[in-house]
Formats: sequence, C-alpha cells, structure tokens
Amino acid sequence: MIRLRSVCKSFDDNHVLRGVDLDIPQGTSMVIIGGSGTGKSVLLKCILGLVTPDAGQITLDDEDVTRTERDAFLARFGMLFQGAALFDSLPVWQNVAFRLLQGRDRMPAEAARDRAIEKLRRVGLKSEVADLFPAELSGGMQKRVGLARAIAAEPEIIFFDEPTTGLDPIMAGVINDLIREIVTEMGVTAMTITHDMTSVRAIADNVAMLHDGVIKWTGPASELDRSGDAHVRQFITGSAEGPIEAVR
Amino acid sequence: MSSLTAPLGALGRASLGGLGFVGRVTLFALAALSHVLRPPFYAREFGQALVNIGWLSLPVVGLTAIFTGGALALQIYAGGARFNAEAVVPQIVAVGMVRELGPVLVGLMIAARVTSSIAAEIATMKVTEQIDALVTLSTDPLKYLVAPRVLAALLVVPVLVAVGDLIGIFGGYALATGSLGFNAAAYLNNTINFLEATDIISSLVKGCAFGGLAALMGCYFGMHSGRGAQGVGRATKYAVEAAAVLILAANFLLTGVFFSL
Repeated sequence: MIRLRSVCKSFDDNHVLRGVDLDIPQGTSMVIIGGSGTGKSVLLKCILGLVTPDAGQITLDDEDVTRTERDAFLARFGMLFQGAALFDSLPVWQNVAFRLLQGRDRMPAEAARDRAIEKLRRVGLKSEVADLFPAELSGGMQKRVGLARAIAAEPEIIFFDEPTTGLDPIMAGVINDLIREIVTEMGVTAMTITHDMTSVRAIADNVAMLHDGVIKWTGPASELDRSGDAHVRQFITGSAEGPIEAVR
Repeated sequence: MSSLTAPLGALGRASLGGLGFVGRVTLFALAALSHVLRPPFYAREFGQALVNIGWLSLPVVGLTAIFTGGALALQIYAGGARFNAEAVVPQIVAVGMVRELGPVLVGLMIAARVTSSIAAEIATMKVTEQIDALVTLSTDPLKYLVAPRVLAALLVVPVLVAVGDLIGIFGGYALATGSLGFNAAAYLNNTINFLEATDIISSLVKGCAFGGLAALMGCYFGMHSGRGAQGVGRATKYAVEAAAVLILAANFLLTGVFFSL
C-alpha cells in the first residue's frame, strides 16, 4: 500500500501540491487525472524521491519512503516515462536490460539480452528491434520499449507517466491494452497519470482527481460518471464551463 | 534613501549569487571526485569518454598546435631580428609552447569541443528525463555520467597537451628549417638542451587541471540545465564560458606557483 498524507510541494511562489492525501492499495491500478500543470508528475516524482516534498509523509507498506534503503526501495519500482526516456547511446536491448546489467546481482550479458528480448516480445516487438538504437524507432515503438524496460526486472509497483501522450488513437489503444494486461498478469500495484479519458477507462481500478494541489475526488473507475463532483464532471466531459478555469 | 541603497543591494545580491555558485560548483566537484574513487566503476562509459575526449580531439589539437608553433617561430624571428637575437627561435618556441601556449590552447580547444559536447549531451538527457530514468533504475547519475568523464579528462588531457607541445615545437621547427634557414640538427639540439624537467611537469600538471575543469563545467551545467531547447543552449553556453575563464584563471595561478618553486 502506498499512502500519501498532507504532501506539499512548492517551486518558489508556485504551490503545486497543497496537501495531497491518497491511498493506493496493493495490487490495484490507480489513475490520477487532472489538467495540465496541476502537479500530477510532481506527485509521482515525490513518491519516487526524484523531488523532495516540502511537507507531509509518503509511506510504502507503512515505511516512510525517505528512511528506506534507496536501492532496495527503487528496485521495487518500474517506470514508464512520458517521452519513454530511453538512453540514446545504448541499443534497445541494453535499455530494456539496464537494471539487470547493474549492481551486485547483475546478470551475465547473454542472460540479460535474452530477458530483454522476452520482454520486447511481451510488448509486441520483434527480436530484430533489440539491436537498433532508440532514435531508429517510432514514437509508439519507443513507448513499448519503455514499457519493456519498466517490467524487465519484474517490479512490484509500476508508474506510468502520460503513457499515451503523442500517440495516434490506435497506438494509444494498443498501449492501454498492454498496460492493463501487464498489470493484471503481473499482479503489480500501478499508478498512472494521464488526462486521456480513454486511458482512464482502460487502465483504472480507482481514479483520483488532482486539482489546485489537492485530491478533489477519489473512487472506483466504475463510479467516475456518477461521482457527483463538479470538477470530475467537467474534466470527463471536457467542458469549458465549470469550477476548473479553462485558461490557466 | 532606497535609491541610494539600491546599488549596494544589487552588489550584495550579485556577490551572494557569485559565492553561492562557487559553493555549489565546489560541492559538485567534491562529490564527482569522490565518485571517481568509489565503486561501482563504469568501464564502458569511461572507455567511451577516453575516446571522445582524447582520441577524437587529436585532430583539432594537432592543427591548433602546428599553426601556433609556426606563427610563434615567425614572430620570434621577426622580433628577435630587431636586436640580433634571431638564433633564440628554437629555445623560445620550445619554452613558449611547453610552458604556456600548449596547455592553454589545448585547454581552450577542449573547452570548446568537449565541455560543449558534455554539457549539451547531459542537458538533453535531463530535459528528456533520461537522468530521472537513471535514478529510477538505481543508478547514480554522478557515478554513471559525471565520474567517468571527469576521470577520463584528468587522465587524457595531459597526454593531449604533451602531443600539442610536440606538434607545436614541430610547427616551429618546420617553419624555421623550411623558410628561415635554420639548420635542422642545431634546431633540435637547442630545443632539447634548453627544456628542463620542470617545464614539462608544469605543462602536464596544467593539462590535468584544465581537463578536470573542462569536464566538470560541462557536467555541472548539463546537470543543472533549464527546460527545453533554450535550457540546453544556455547550459552549453555557460559551461563553455565558465570552463574558458576558469582555465585562464587556473593557468595564471599555476604559472605563479611554478615560478615560485
């Protein structure tokens, strides 16, 4: 269980998170929705320790994430970045197997390559892709490689940052289906941030709406359409009228 | 009253900003150097850095040195002729290249070629979240990106300086024997006899210091880049400016130290 209590983060005068409270039960898929610039990515980076919160507490299985041993903590996570964040200087298979090739328990290169190719196949890519460089791939293929990297070390928790941004609807659907399948088959805890409602309906068990630095509503994805919250209603209908200012 | 104190306030803010920058760079340098000494070591990244900083810089270092050595020989010959001292060309070319021009020009070429490339590469990695990705993959960016580049620069730039010194001296030799009527054997003899061990040591020490500064500035500004293409551009510009100024300042300090020995 990931638990956030009163998490605050400001950048100079910009108060991005103003006291976020959120629970993500183990083995469930939580999707955080909210407009652009509302702090969804900052929230995710706070959990991973990439950004240090100014106040509040974040726990993973009742342990404060700031006090856990960093490598062991990060070894439990996989992450798909918005732009895939593949390392340009490494071929695809080394990107996928990056974690497996590092540290004291690193795999022999041959075994790591086999695992990378297995994961590439899992996300629908052929083994020929393994020796290409990221710049030689399309955006959709890069996202799949990023997904393969996120699952390569078989983590307990996977974060997805805007997984369908910049993809055409068909490729976005493919990525959504892959995420749902992987989350179900691996039994992982997943946290996705997105403003793509198709993704939300495809991926989420639970949904939380982040606005003005706080969680405005949270509940099961099945109740999203009858949440009764004006912010959620405006967001899912895409209306300019409502409590969320259209021009921010 | 406020109009009177405003310049003082601005001066204070600028001083604090400058001191803050020096402090941040010093802490960054200490952290980077500590990672150079502690495992894990990334041999592949280190090897790539050696090739990029050392081997691939050889053409620009060689061209810079050969033209500078030739021009230096011509200037000394023309200047020396005013008081019948044309014969000192081999000695002055040798000491000028080894003590001063070799290390400084190689340092500035490294700042232009290597600092800019390191800053732009790391800054791009930062804006495309590759640095965040490294962290989530339990890899310290200081250890993976910074330490191999700094160590490679510390080791390979003195070698480049030595090569630059030799090529610069050869430039002077080629011009003096080809155009100015110097005897080849006498030129080489004068060069070798005139140079002392401290000249060569000071050249190599300067190379080591300049290489470290060039790599550190590239890494520091890359890691602290702003967002987008503009952020990458600014990081690269500041890195090259800082490296060039620090190399010239360090050259002044090191020259003073070697003269006082």
